Amino acid sequence: MSAELTQFLLTGITIGAIYALVALGFSIIYNASQVINFAQGEFVMIGGMTTVSLVDGGMPLPLAIALAVVVAAAVGLLLEKLAIERARGASVVTLIIITIGASIFLRGLAQLVWDKNFHALRPFTGSTPIAVFGATILPQSLWVLGVTVLIVAALGWFFGRTLLGKGMLATSHNRLAAELVGVRVKGMLLLAFGLSAALGAIAGILTAPITITSYDVGVMLGLKGFAAAILGGLGSGVGAVAGGLALGILESLGAGFVSSAYKDVIAFVIILAVLFFRPSGLFARRSAERV
Amino acid sequence: MLEVRGLTSHYGRIPALKGIDVDVREGELVALVGANGAGKTTLLRTLSGVQPATGGHVRFDGADVTHAAPDRRVGLGIVQVPEGRQVFAPLTVEDNLRLGAYRRGGKAAAATLERIYAMFPRLRERRASLAGTLSGGEQQMLAMGRAVMAQPRLLLLDEPSMGLAPLLVQEVFAYVRRLKEEGRTIFLVDQNARAALSVADRAYVLETGQVVLAGTGAELAANPQVQQAYLGL
Ligand SMILES: Nc1ncnc2c1ncn2[C@@H]1O[C@H](COP(=O)(O)OP(=O)(O)OP(=O)(O)O)[C@@H](O)[C@H]1O
Ligand SMILES: [Mg+2]
Repeated sequence: MSAELTQFLLTGITIGAIYALVALGFSIIYNASQVINFAQGEFVMIGGMTTVSLVDGGMPLPLAIALAVVVAAAVGLLLEKLAIERARGASVVTLIIITIGASIFLRGLAQLVWDKNFHALRPFTGSTPIAVFGATILPQSLWVLGVTVLIVAALGWFFGRTLLGKGMLATSHNRLAAELVGVRVKGMLLLAFGLSAALGAIAGILTAPITITSYDVGVMLGLKGFAAAILGGLGSGVGAVAGGLALGILESLGAGFVSSAYKDVIAFVIILAVLFFRPSGLFARRSAERV
Repeated sequence: MLEVRGLTSHYGRIPALKGIDVDVREGELVALVGANGAGKTTLLRTLSGVQPATGGHVRFDGADVTHAAPDRRVGLGIVQVPEGRQVFAPLTVEDNLRLGAYRRGGKAAAATLERIYAMFPRLRERRASLAGTLSGGEQQMLAMGRAVMAQPRLLLLDEPSMGLAPLLVQEVFAYVRRLKEEGRTIFLVDQNARAALSVADRAYVLETGQVVLAGTGAELAANPQVQQAYLGL
């Protein structure tokens, strides 16, 4: 394999891991409510921006990260409590429009709380590139990959081994039956929003040192995560990860071998193509794979 | 144990229950028969709290649960096997059963799980299969097993024999009888009025959202009106 190709793949996997985290957030909320949460990207933004401003204010990085995740999760819970739950009984389309409204509101709020400038977070552990197979990888990319692997494993354990996680799955498969075995279905929706927001925030924090962050960074990352989610089959955990990695690699190869001008176009082409030809996603086989 | 007084429920503005009075005493098996659309499912859904009551009262062990959340009722021991079984199709048989004990937590469930496997050996054989791949009869057993996992004090059964072959219908009723012998209180809805009345201590006849007849299972089975309308005699 040429060093160039290796380099593009490494870059693609790193950015793909971020897309995967955002896509997982989409899938968790979708499973709990059939809602596509278009404010998912804003959770990413809140994670990155909060961390940057806390670190700039002198807080140690680990503490700032923890606090930023909590802040984003709280915003997710509030979104569910104040907007989604209030609209109980509304159609899914209405709920989706509510999330679009929420995303615009959160971006506006971010402009007020922070500003319209770009901000960079310093890398967690230096910026000396590490050589691998003739290519190089930044230490921050290793953080991205390592944390993503941990999160995917934790989610696998949560949904596969814990009663709470199974209750969440059960709610997504059959809401009535879940209620009849005593699952608090409303609580599950709340949990889904909190969990998705935390995942988005982690993605935003991990990527802030690589791609810089700003009040509107969530727009593009949200759309990329959405593309990854539908590529893998909305609602599928395995699909979200596979879709994220596939999109990241495609983008990186496209930018490297064709032109970086087309980088963002790829995601939109994927969204359109999947919705057109394979609405259930490339990896959707059995619904048992849903997160 | 269960005391229903003047219970009403609506779909939009259309009344489905028009003031139901029903009692189920501890250890009894009470049947509810009625034609399609009489409101049997609506009544059970209202008792479980997944359909709102618009008037009247439901008391369980003296406590008012008319507007209690479904999960609280499960915690109190009111557990339903819904119409159409409603298993979690993409989850395994064992996960379905464990979810039945959702309110009790994983550890407490282990012993009950063994009892259910002893009662339904077929479920043990298929414990790792996805529930959606089971036959109708197996799914019914799974749905009943899942409900028993919650340690019900009052078991609500909605059409447990629906859509099953005659041999399986017998089997399902054998299980219902067995649950009763274990001392469980059961409120049973079934299209198969003959079988339902024959296992029931007492029964009610529901017509368009109202109780029109009540009596012991034997009395109703001997009632000419019932015989003509529900027993095809
Ligand atoms: N979701 C609903 N929305 C509107 N009306 C409904 C709904 N479910 C039931 N109904 C109506 O309420 C009435 C009672 O229905 P219900 O399902 O309780 O009857 P049932 O006795 O269980 O009938 P079956 O024997 O067919 O199961 C029927 O007239 C039915 O059409
Ligand atoms: Mg019915």
